[in-house]
Amino acid sequence: MSILINKDTRVLVQGITGRDGAFHTSKMIAYGTNVVAGTSPGKEGTIIPSGVPVYNCVEKAVNQTKANTSIIFVPAPFVKDAIMEAANSGISLIVCITEGVPTLDVIEAQAYVQRCGAMLIGPNCPGLISPQESLVGILPGNIFSNGKVGVISRSGTLTYEIVYNLTQNGLGQSTAIGVGGDPIVGLYYKDLLLMFQNDPQTQSIVVIGEIGGDAEEQAAEFIRDNITKPVVSFIAGKTAPADKRMGHAGAIISSGTGSAKEKREAFEKVGVPVADEPSQIPILIKALLKQS
Amino acid sequence: MKIFEYQAKELFDSYNIKTPKGGVCYSVQDAIDLYTKYNVDKVVIKAQVHVGGRGKAGGIKIANNINEVENLSNSILGMQIKGLTVDRVMIAQAVDIQMEYYLSFTIDRNSKSVILILSEEGGVDIEDIAAKTPHKILKFPIDTTIGVPDFFAQKAAYQLTSDKNIAFQIKEIIKNLYMLFIQKDCSLTEINPLVITKDGNVVAVDGKINFDDNALYRHPEILELNNPTEEEKKELNAKESGFSYIHIGGDIGCMVNGAGLAMATMDMIKLYGGEPANFLDIGGSSNPNKVIEAMKLLLSDKQVKVVLINIFGGITRCDDVAKGLLEAFSQIKTDIPVVIRLSGTNDKEGRELLKDSSLHIEHTMGEAISKAVELSKLTNPIN
Repeated sequence: MSILINKDTRVLVQGITGRDGAFHTSKMIAYGTNVVAGTSPGKEGTIIPSGVPVYNCVEKAVNQTKANTSIIFVPAPFVKDAIMEAANSGISLIVCITEGVPTLDVIEAQAYVQRCGAMLIGPNCPGLISPQESLVGILPGNIFSNGKVGVISRSGTLTYEIVYNLTQNGLGQSTAIGVGGDPIVGLYYKDLLLMFQNDPQTQSIVVIGEIGGDAEEQAAEFIRDNITKPVVSFIAGKTAPADKRMGHAGAIISSGTGSAKEKREAFEKVGVPVADEPSQIPILIKALLKQS
Repeated sequence: MKIFEYQAKELFDSYNIKTPKGGVCYSVQDAIDLYTKYNVDKVVIKAQVHVGGRGKAGGIKIANNINEVENLSNSILGMQIKGLTVDRVMIAQAVDIQMEYYLSFTIDRNSKSVILILSEEGGVDIEDIAAKTPHKILKFPIDTTIGVPDFFAQKAAYQLTSDKNIAFQIKEIIKNLYMLFIQKDCSLTEINPLVITKDGNVVAVDGKINFDDNALYRHPEILELNNPTEEEKKELNAKESGFSYIHIGGDIGCMVNGAGLAMATMDMIKLYGGEPANFLDIGGSSNPNKVIEAMKLLLSDKQVKVVLINIFGGITRCDDVAKGLLEAFSQIKTDIPVVIRLSGTNDKEGRELLKDSSLHIEHTMGEAISKAVELSKLTNPIN
């Protein structure tokens, strides 16, 4: 078991003929992901190198291929529409990779996704992976290994760094998810923590947070009340100055809140140890697993 | 993106939100001319800068006559507020205040929506109200599919007053400010204070508007209002080259792929006893030109004594990154020692390619950072 995606996941790529869409489609297929369709308005029937059938609209692609998960690579100005189209066509999990989407577009699209009973991950995220089962995103599959650690992260390369350390130390992953670096994104800590809590394969959880907002503080309270599995954390941005966006649109200490210190304190208060550096994560997990 | 108060007030005016008569002045003579033109007694002279705390810094003064306008604008123009030089002031007609409220729209991460914030405690920083009297902050999450209908704005307005005339005016302001927020893709529209004057008018005496950088492409008219500081210009130039850069001030220049890893690198430098000079995310590519551009940016900071390049190879393989680095460093001449950490996909091949260069090659993040910190402590850290 894993969460959200597994070997039965049927993936549709929105924006499959673009440079990034085409490149990562081939990477996902090479990993073993079941990519069943792609969309690109006006290019239905086009033969593309990956051999994936191309459709004009998501609805037809879903009807003909039974795709249930979509990954979005379309340019930022078209993302809101792409998300709504996927939700409207019966896609249940929508993963948006595109960076630079206007916040108000995400708010409207996310509200619509919710009304359709679907789920959104991202935008501005690396996607997710259930090692040896399915990769829906741009994560480097080769550094992941199948196992019992669930990973939730606001970052990309920092996640790879931590996963690399986990894998090197014999700690495989059940599912790893990058939730996205924007102020407003779809699924977040609480939703995913609960899924990992209910997933029999997952034994422990790593939360990779960063400055900005108070999601880590809220996650800490949620963990105290709802999560019995061991959770460890890393928080990036201790040295970040206030009022500066640190690369991610959502990584900003504003009006005196959102600092790494507050987040660390919130986690430690509820018994979630916070690593000083990525290489400590496997050590912290092993220590907690020994206790439990 | 931030704009000045006078620009925010011009936008308020265009959305039928009343503001005191006022305008911008770049010189003492401008200020005197504007004061004469307005033909009023009392005006407020306000420094125009993109930071808060102007009042405490002495950047807001009341002038009662032409001599005071001359003296005060002379003292405010050119003054430094939090490191920024004041190059323009706003002259605004003073109003007779009966009540001061707080009113804003902003993005709320928790409700994943736009939120209306009101308080009867206007005129002070909202952070101060939040810290001292959090119960006096009223929040109304908005369903953007229906926006702000009359009933909603009215419900909010009657939380501040029971006077029908005042409530009506506040209701209109709430609706108009929301329109502005949505139509211009703002991340903050704030009126503080929202003043009830002694003659029963509701006016925006101070205003702040921030825009969503991701949406500026569809608002060329807003982009024209941009007036970046020197530091922001450097950050904008970096953005045009495809990376994000923020100056921090230490002596270890950092170049990292990915924002989260870049932050973690800075944090670890500090943890190991060093001082990061900057945040620099070069994104995910092995393009030598990008490395050259990034190196130029790092070396333009004369405080930098060591450069640390921290790359985690994911989709971009480490051997490709190494080739890019070799090409870049064949063109960059510098005495500054460079520490490189390569890890991830094809890292052994990557490190092998670099082993004959003058660069310090390290395997783990910890090793690379201790090396960089060690080099930064040397007085003359030449290779």
